[in-house]
Amino acid sequence: MSTHPPPAPPGAPEKAYEPVFVGSALERLQQLYPKYPTKQALLLPALWIIQEARGWISPQNMAEVGQVLGLTPAYVKGVVTFYTMYYRHPMGRHVIQVCTTSPCHLSGCSDVVEALLQHTGCGELGTTSPDGRFTVVEVECLGACGFATPILIGDDFIEAVTPERVPAILERYP
Amino acid sequence: MVPRFSLMSDPVRVTIDGVELGVARGTTIIEAAKQAGILIPHYCYHPSLPSPAVCRMCLVEVEKAPKLMPACATTVTEGQVVHVHSEVAEKAREGVLELLLINHPLDCPICDQAGECELQDYVFQEGRARTRYADFAKRFNPVEDFGPDILYVPNRCILCTRCVRFMDDVAATPVLNVSERGDRAFIGIDANELLDHPWSGNVVDLCPVGSLVSKDFLHKARAWELDKTASICPGCTQGCNIEIDTRDDVVVRIRPRPNLDVNRHFMCDHGRMNYRWMNRGDRAEAPLRRSNGAMQACDWETALDDLATLSAEPGPVVVLASGRASVESLGFIMRLFAGRDVTAALQVPRGEEAPLAGVPDLALRVERVPNLHGAQLLGFDAEWSTAVRATEHAALTVLLDVELDDDELATIKRCASLVALTTRDDPILQAAVLTLPVTSMVEESGTYLNRDYRLQRFRQAKPAPGMARPAWWVAAAALGRVNPDVRVPGSVEDALEALTSEEWLSGITPDSVGWTGIRLDGLVAGTVR
Amino acid sequence: MGYPHPIHPSETVVLSRHFGDEAARDYAGAVERGTYKALKQALAMTPEAVIEEVKASGLRGRGGAGFPTGLKWSFMPKGDGKPHYLVCNADESEPGTFKDREIMRWTPHALIEGCAIAAYAIGAETCYVYIRGEFTEPLAIMERAVADAYANGVLGEAAMGNGPRIDMVIHRGAGAYICGEETAMMNSIEGKRGNPRIKPPFPAQAGLFGQPTTINNVETLAAVPHILNRGAAWYKGLCLGNPKSTGTKLFSVCGHVMKPGNYEITMGFPMKDLIHDLAGGMRPGRTLKAVIPGGSSVPIMNQEEAESALCDYEGIVEQGSMLGSAGFIVMDDSADMVYEIYRLAKFYAHESCAQCTQCREGTAWTTKILERILTGKGRGEDYGLLADLADNMTGKTICVLSDSCAAPVVSGIQKFRHEFEAYLSGAKVLAHV
Repeated sequence: MSTHPPPAPPGAPEKAYEPVFVGSALERLQQLYPKYPTKQALLLPALWIIQEARGWISPQNMAEVGQVLGLTPAYVKGVVTFYTMYYRHPMGRHVIQVCTTSPCHLSGCSDVVEALLQHTGCGELGTTSPDGRFTVVEVECLGACGFATPILIGDDFIEAVTPERVPAILERYP
Repeated sequence: MVPRFSLMSDPVRVTIDGVELGVARGTTIIEAAKQAGILIPHYCYHPSLPSPAVCRMCLVEVEKAPKLMPACATTVTEGQVVHVHSEVAEKAREGVLELLLINHPLDCPICDQAGECELQDYVFQEGRARTRYADFAKRFNPVEDFGPDILYVPNRCILCTRCVRFMDDVAATPVLNVSERGDRAFIGIDANELLDHPWSGNVVDLCPVGSLVSKDFLHKARAWELDKTASICPGCTQGCNIEIDTRDDVVVRIRPRPNLDVNRHFMCDHGRMNYRWMNRGDRAEAPLRRSNGAMQACDWETALDDLATLSAEPGPVVVLASGRASVESLGFIMRLFAGRDVTAALQVPRGEEAPLAGVPDLALRVERVPNLHGAQLLGFDAEWSTAVRATEHAALTVLLDVELDDDELATIKRCASLVALTTRDDPILQAAVLTLPVTSMVEESGTYLNRDYRLQRFRQAKPAPGMARPAWWVAAAALGRVNPDVRVPGSVEDALEALTSEEWLSGITPDSVGWTGIRLDGLVAGTVR
Repeated sequence: MGYPHPIHPSETVVLSRHFGDEAARDYAGAVERGTYKALKQALAMTPEAVIEEVKASGLRGRGGAGFPTGLKWSFMPKGDGKPHYLVCNADESEPGTFKDREIMRWTPHALIEGCAIAAYAIGAETCYVYIRGEFTEPLAIMERAVADAYANGVLGEAAMGNGPRIDMVIHRGAGAYICGEETAMMNSIEGKRGNPRIKPPFPAQAGLFGQPTTINNVETLAAVPHILNRGAAWYKGLCLGNPKSTGTKLFSVCGHVMKPGNYEITMGFPMKDLIHDLAGGMRPGRTLKAVIPGGSSVPIMNQEEAESALCDYEGIVEQGSMLGSAGFIVMDDSADMVYEIYRLAKFYAHESCAQCTQCREGTAWTTKILERILTGKGRGEDYGLLADLADNMTGKTICVLSDSCAAPVVSGIQKFRHEFEAYLSGAKVLAHV
């Protein structure tokens, strides 16, 4: 997974930053306050709120959540870069996570990966399709080894994927 | 071997590499080993930082323990037998060193840390002679400017995390992080933040390798070319213990010297970076006396005779002294004018306080002078601008290496008779009848009294230029002419001993001050003033 | 096991009775099936009595360490006035293991009940259930179940109406296998990088937020209500092998078997029957070559060892491996052992937290060497080098992730050297990995 976001297209005007933690998103976060004794412990839930709202977590998002919770941007970044499910640059509309760890490899995940890359139009793992619809990423064990090959599309956990099933599955995600 | 038990109550007895000793309960094995004279190799451990035991270098063999134990995170237990240099422990260290080197560049020829690098030291001592990692590319990340003074070279980083823990826990400013995971990890800083904390320079000292380097020192000198001198920082009243590094008698770097009672292992950036004045070239090099309207160079004998004559004349005296003047210098100047009406003031630049949050009683202090209490106890208690104005009516004005602004200059020029003890060439000297070249604090030895009433010695780090002499000697030699009963001290140690007739210095000897200083409890308690 | 295959007659169905039964999932369905009776009973006992019952049952941690659960609970200080915490470890990321997800998505209330009983026993008012971020279905189901439990008075200020306060918080992970390590999990809940902590201090002394904490696996906690309902003696009696391994366990069998899935069997059950009978045996024309029983973090067993072993903690140790989480990765003769070991090493290198030198650099170097071997550039010295690295990675780090990387490598070279030789001699080569 790339650690640096792709450069902004030349001539793109700088947009004013829209905060995430306003309205219902802020309410959702505040509802969690009584459940933890420290504000710091709200960081992972807060990062999930950002990613659910925006699809990825930008440096400005990290600064914002730092301000809300009283943490430095450097600290937030250290946490964000530790966890692989937080994306640090824009992804396709639907992110497909496919497991390739040994148990799934034994169960034929390589063919599933090929089928996914082919039918989504993503050239290789970790890239977004030209139409911006899909990004296919390779992940480690998804904890469904007996239901191989599992994939996650967004929040949908789909078990027992085979190359034959791939086109029909992808059709559900416009 | 006779067991060494300390005189504490209830010591815990341990044996480390065959050395038996008793240590206080709660001591870690790594600290106990130091007391036995054994250094257990380590990276991430530091006595002034919380211990995370991540580098795994300090693993030692402990009899009856199932695994090797990290010496920095294991406290001693009664009867413990520890082996630091057993085969198993040495093999473990060799393993850690090999793994640290696989992604480490062969930078020694261009790396500032060479010669004072803990990776070099331990690899040379205990590492493998040859690499087995020949097939693969090393991990590469570009150098990052953490700004203002610090560069981060990720390729050399061994991820000991001392820098992160220092900023987090000691500086209480979490501006550094560990980014990424696994062998992709590196030290990160937010793009919009700078490593500009007033104490951030310490991360360069803490870094065991050349990963965090000072731009100021970059490529300036090799570690083995440096002469190191124990000194006291003249930057403020805290009195941090420092080490002055010189190369061919030019000061190239200042670093902290450990003193657990004053500054632990740290010093602030103001003190660290404020050394260029120590290398000034525009020095006063010979005594000058006014003769037939012009200043003429003369020898010390003549100059001291002049000074003695001026000192013996009647009338008020005003002394304006540099904040960096030592106890010895200020003490003998006051003795020279004893019995006269003296107004004495110390020049004290001021600035903002900058504490180091994680160490109690440690800060860059408002008064940017090292000997404020010493000066006050010796009689330098006048207010500065009052003293400056008093020069108009003084019979004799003595300046000791002060820096004057235009207004002060104009006032003082009107004084009756001006003697200047000075380190450098200065416009004020045009108005003097006698200018005497003196050494700066880095060219002489002496003592300072810090804000906590701790008397500390500093040592001469570079030779005096020209005919310059310490100000204490100038004053004492003149005094010896005025009063033949006074013995002129032959050394700075004698000078200090001569001053111990002052109540607050009674009983002090240079040895009792030592190189970590001595707290003058009478002053602290207020029983002595 | 009930899902997706019918229950096999040799299974001992306790935890998995309702797997596949959607009606069992919601509060009403769960209560109908007896959930929360045990909690009610526990709240009428003293916490000490509950701990004694669990101790007597012989229940051991089902997350992989196999530590006696009742003993672990008894480490919590009594009457210290500090807040106590229970953490339910639902991070399930060990390759080959997929049992906790089933417990959560079919019987969430059974898990809530087990957590509540444990919380009561250790004096905790708050239980955090740390569910890995990828488990979107269990997360949704558990959130709903916890909300229903609150709505029906099971949880909250007065558990079951007249008990002490018991709160439950679902905490979502974000993609880090290492957070399944108990001290790393605590750091993750606290909003930090998931770095394991050094021990001492132990969690029972200073754990989550610095307070006394117990961390238990999902399956361990799910067993607790059954122990209370049917008695410790019953649980202890469920034992076909070593008396120190009691009760039932969900064995996740995957890889080269006809019927991969979870099978609930009594401890001490013959491994041969688990693989060849319950899990449907080999695919047509294939023979068993290797099994990694523990998830992947344990030595690889060859066919002979696998077919001789009894499925309990001691039985598998006798055959040179460890039970761990009982995530059985089964490989037949078509499996490329060198590739699978490489892919496991790559997994560990990806998941290393970066604290300890041996793990951070050693797992990555091991992976690179194995990749080099697979692509035809292996050398004889590589055996010694891999063995040296494995030795450096074993017993020298804060946690056992690096040991887990070393185990399959060392056992793989020991037992399948001929496969490595095929690559080294050039008889076999991969264009790329």
